[in-house]
Amino acid sequence: MSTRRIRVLIGKPGLDGHDRGAKIVATALRDAGMEVVYTGLHQTPEMIAEVAVQEDVDVVGLSILSGAHLSLFPRVRKELLARDMGHVVLTGGGIIPAEDVASLEQQGYAKLFGPGTRTEDIATWIQAEMQRRWSDEGAAR
Amino acid sequence: MHAPTAESLAERLLRADRAALARLISWAENGDARFSAALDRVYSRVGRAARTGFTGPPGAGKSTLVNEVAKAYRGRGATVGVLAVDPSSPFSGGALLGDRIRMEERTLDPGVFIRSMASRESHGGVAQATVDACDVMDAFGLAEILIETVGVGQAEYDVVAVADTVVVVLCPGAGDGIQAMKAGLLEVADVLVVNKSDLPGADRLARDLDEAVHVRFGREQAFPVPVVSLCASSGEGVAELLEAVDGHRAWLAARDLPAARLAKRAERVRKTVDAEVSLALWGRRGWGAFVAAELAAGLAPHRVARELGRRVSETLPPAPGAPESNFRGERA
Ligand SMILES: Nc1nc2c(ncn2[C@@H]2O[C@H](COP(=O)(O)OP(=O)(O)O)[C@@H](O)[C@H]2O)c(=O)[nH]1
Ligand SMILES: [Mg+2]
Repeated sequence: MSTRRIRVLIGKPGLDGHDRGAKIVATALRDAGMEVVYTGLHQTPEMIAEVAVQEDVDVVGLSILSGAHLSLFPRVRKELLARDMGHVVLTGGGIIPAEDVASLEQQGYAKLFGPGTRTEDIATWIQAEMQRRWSDEGAAR
Repeated sequence: MHAPTAESLAERLLRADRAALARLISWAENGDARFSAALDRVYSRVGRAARTGFTGPPGAGKSTLVNEVAKAYRGRGATVGVLAVDPSSPFSGGALLGDRIRMEERTLDPGVFIRSMASRESHGGVAQATVDACDVMDAFGLAEILIETVGVGQAEYDVVAVADTVVVVLCPGAGDGIQAMKAGLLEVADVLVVNKSDLPGADRLARDLDEAVHVRFGREQAFPVPVVSLCASSGEGVAELLEAVDGHRAWLAARDLPAARLAKRAERVRKTVDAEVSLALWGRRGWGAFVAAELAAGLAPHRVARELGRRVSETLPPAPGAPESNFRGERA
């Protein structure tokens, strides 16, 4: 009788003080059946990665409105790798211009969701991604 | 860390690898078949940690208090594990786990490990997963384990039952003493906390609770439950709470803590067996299908129960002298 649920960390790195968007996404993912750990405002990349370890999350979602996305995503990725958490799916959203989305995705940091994305689409994407990974993992076992 | 084995995780746990601890807790939550093999390998290390449960109504300040208590234990030089349990949504099965927000100052302390856990009620094993998670934290070497649960239902009592000492947290406004009594919260308390002593009504609540617990230990020879007023948001009074918890530990130690723990473990074995047997009988033995068919045919529930009981007892081998042998299926 084994039941596994997708565990997601929603983090807000950086200096901006608005977490409405992060809370909306967290609630939507909860309503899609995921277990969502929310850590509040002003988290450093180090804190986010440390929480990801302790909570054994599958996904880290960053909400960034401060414009610092070009540095924050790579820094969180680096902290995750430093803790042997390379398997975590890194994703996020906020106010991120299209060319930055393309550049970050190309560098393989994360799948990003721009402003106006429907929360259902984020949930569906995460579910599909985790399904794919879990079936690969099952095959490898 | 893909598809690790029970052996490798157990070994990494003993080397104080935090990711291994985290993954073992996930296995406990998921009912992963590898968990028990891993726990077997480290079980000789279990039993060293002190386990303190914190329960009470939502908003009473449990998370804020757990953060302060963790800080105080760190001040004593102890390592701390926190297990913060929040309810799963009965609709989606998902959960929003926000207790960490109040414990943010502890995030980067290598002597603290915090885990959020959804109750997953439908899975029927919140208490089991909690004990398992505490056991692996214990084996990992964390000295003080703090368990936070919302005190609203039976499952929560089961959860606090895993603790050596149960602290019930109340505050003025959100549920007065009478409500707490109705909810049965006072029954499980070893220590009572009136939080938010900075707010009006706190003194009154403390007096009410003092009276209520005096009535209670008139009845039995129980631990005299202390009522501690404190302000979790400033930390004022937290030292007194630690002393009260120490007092309860000393009281337990003067009695038989190992025996009490063994009794709890025996209870846990019983619950696990119950769950497995029940699953086997209702599913694989077809009891569920039998009952559904009889009910659909219009039989009253108590008749269906009696009929099932009769059929079951017919299949049992005779066991002379055993009290179980007079089971006639009369339990509805
Ligand atoms: N005035 C006052 N507010 C407090 C105190 N402790 C906690 N709170 C507030 O009570 C609310 C709920 O706290 P939280 O720890 O999340 O409660 P929980 O739901 O029981 O875990 C938060 O807004 C806290 O800031 C206190 O001692 N005094
Ligand atoms: Mg809480």
